[in-house]
Amino acid sequence: MHQVVIANRLTDGIVVFLGREPEWLEGLENCQPAQDAAQAEALLARGAAAEAEQFVVGPELIEVELREGVWVPVKMREAMRSRGPSVRSDLGKQAEN
Amino acid sequence: MPLLRDGKITEDPYTRVVGSDELPGEGPILVDLSRWQAERDALVAWGSEVGVQLAADESPAAIALDLEHIALVALEFPAFTDGRAYSYARLLRERHRFEGELRAVGDVLIEQLHFMDRVGFDSFDMKSAEAAEEWKTAQADMSVWYQPTGDERATATRLRRS
Amino acid sequence: MYQYDEFDADFVQERAVQFGRQVEDRLAGKITEEQFRPLRLMNGLYLQLHAYMLRINVPYGCLNSTQMRKLAHIARVFDKGYGHLTTRQNMQFNWIKLSDMPAILLELASVEMHGIQSSGNCIRNITADEYAGSAADEIEDPRVYCEILRQWSSLHPEFSFLPRKFKIAVSGSDRDRAVIKAHDIGLRLHKNEAGEAGFEVFVGGGLGRTPFIGKSIRDFLPTQHVLSYCEAILRVYNQLGRRDNKYKARIKILVHEMGADVFGEKVEKEWAEIRETALELADSETARIRGFFAPPAHEKLDDDDSDLAGDPAFATWVEQQTAGHKKPGYTIVNVSCSPVGKPPGDISAAQMDGFADLADTYNFGEMRVTHNQNLVLTDVRKKDLLPLWQKLVTLGLATPNHGLISDTICCPGLDYCALANARSIPLAEKLSERFADQQKQKDIGEIYLNMSGCINACGHHHIGNIGIVGVDKKNSELYQLMLGGSAEEDASLGKILGRGFDEDGIVDAVECVINTYIELREAGEKFIETYRRVGPDPFKEKVYSAPA
Ligand code: SF4
Repeated sequence: MHQVVIANRLTDGIVVFLGREPEWLEGLENCQPAQDAAQAEALLARGAAAEAEQFVVGPELIEVELREGVWVPVKMREAMRSRGPSVRSDLGKQAEN
Repeated sequence: MPLLRDGKITEDPYTRVVGSDELPGEGPILVDLSRWQAERDALVAWGSEVGVQLAADESPAAIALDLEHIALVALEFPAFTDGRAYSYARLLRERHRFEGELRAVGDVLIEQLHFMDRVGFDSFDMKSAEAAEEWKTAQADMSVWYQPTGDERATATRLRRS
Repeated sequence: MYQYDEFDADFVQERAVQFGRQVEDRLAGKITEEQFRPLRLMNGLYLQLHAYMLRINVPYGCLNSTQMRKLAHIARVFDKGYGHLTTRQNMQFNWIKLSDMPAILLELASVEMHGIQSSGNCIRNITADEYAGSAADEIEDPRVYCEILRQWSSLHPEFSFLPRKFKIAVSGSDRDRAVIKAHDIGLRLHKNEAGEAGFEVFVGGGLGRTPFIGKSIRDFLPTQHVLSYCEAILRVYNQLGRRDNKYKARIKILVHEMGADVFGEKVEKEWAEIRETALELADSETARIRGFFAPPAHEKLDDDDSDLAGDPAFATWVEQQTAGHKKPGYTIVNVSCSPVGKPPGDISAAQMDGFADLADTYNFGEMRVTHNQNLVLTDVRKKDLLPLWQKLVTLGLATPNHGLISDTICCPGLDYCALANARSIPLAEKLSERFADQQKQKDIGEIYLNMSGCINACGHHHIGNIGIVGVDKKNSELYQLMLGGSAEEDASLGKILGRGFDEDGIVDAVECVINTYIELREAGEKFIETYRRVGPDPFKEKVYSAPA
């Protein structure tokens, strides 16, 4: 199972992701998910630290899978957060790339 | 717990007697409702002030007839979201004409003091010693009141008429 | 409409400054999310799927053109160029930055607007009939009492931490356009035998997980007692409402568990203690507030409908979108914000600005937001309808579907809402496309199609003649179909027809329900009437026997 941490950024609420790379990312394209439970736990700890530092709100682990070469959240709700509203393809992350 | 009264952090003169704990030798005591009900006569004869603490599901109707013997009523907020005691406070002040000390205990936050003040609380069990300063700031936030409550404040409706 | 005086202005300004300081504290890391959350919710700021969402109160649906232009400005500068009209007559913005909040609140305060109590377990925005003041069937103008209630409920010290949120709606006409029986308190203005105005009081209505139709606990409450009576209801509820389970915390559960009679007795007892206090409305105060809602300067006009034919598209629009006005020569205009194939209730900054101009030109600078997520102009001269329509066409606001099947009520659903189980907007879009043909819609006639993305029922699915609610089943969207709900005087709750459907399946199922109705209806029968006559079985049979 592959997991990343998802959260909202405090200042603007924008959805951000955390994988094994050092920085929070706005998209999943370059995210390196945790491959096992230990890595996932480490990510969540970093997420919690970022929340304590008031950088993000509500960090949680989500499952992602590789579809056509890109990581996408397994759950519909998180998939929506990673793209933007399905009824406004001109808005949100889907509109940015 | 720091006690906020008249805008200042003060020493709490009351000894809190939880459940059926032994009473102290002397001095003001704060007991639970069940203790008050069980030992009413002895407590009325207590040589010093007696306070009664009500849990969030205990209506002040239970002590309405005893208020002349009670110097302090403490109302519990088990969580700041549990607002029953706001109604209890108004009933005590406005219906039962209680004039003693009315204390908010439990999850008491600075942001709530404004509401508590308006319904008749005059002392607050606070979490931090900075409460007095913070309360001073918060108190200056609002200057308009729409609801007539038992406090002295003039409502917007009344001021418009004058 | 009501205008703030110094007291109201100070109140909102002070609150804006206070929340601005709390936001700064949060951004500076002085307070945690746990501490901040209740503060932001009390000011209408949510954290949703994509960003912060700000809900701005539109008091009982009344807006002026200056306010609408300010909302357009906020949409443009601080959001992504649009807003969303809600079923509680409010406007929401979906892409707000926390760091912009202090500035936004000051902008709003400058036009007498705010988000105070648009969330949280307190008394929410009071809602009312969108035709208030103008409807031909109006008995009394509900806005007078809405405003009195609005002030009384603003930061009410006793009722800001209720067991759960609390919604009050007021209607002043025979026809209930405010869905009063689906509210915690519903107030119906009517007149007694002596010709005096008073309220019938309903309590314990509500949708959500456990829907109930409100029950009448008093036939006639003299208007001067409206505050003391509401305070008595709230006081009983605040003390006795359940706090052990948030799904059972609404007043409807208390009223149901206790029985409306017993609840009513407790209210009467409490009321007897407080009716003669400062809460009793002085005639002078009611008159002062009433003054704000004096009718605009209507001209004396003949009731001449001769210009209204001509262009068939215009004639269709007039027939569908206008409603009877008190004054000859005037009409009420419903403006649909549910165009075919677009998200119901979404309105762009350009449309807001354009509409504000139309309100200035044709409607004394005022407008209303409806619980059907549409807009209304209440005082339009019939002779202005043609130019008004032409401009609405240009703005994309001239869809002639008022009360028809494509004028859906639809919550934001999983496209935006953090609580959602399924998307609702794509369904509304598909359904409105399926039934886009005007002739067909007219033939189907008056019908209300409501949908929500979860059990919380912000899209009022229980009281749509046809209701749809999304559920999450093994990570795919599933929709349940309900029939028989009604939001009006004869309010009723819809019942689930049978097993659920996927997205395409539900669109087909709705079409099948409609075709069945057309087959079964008797002359002149509306959908709800046919349903009530024949019951669910014929629909069930057709819907579930259709080839999969
Ligand atoms: S009904 Fe559910 S999905 Fe729709 S807006 Fe309300 S909470 Fe969100």
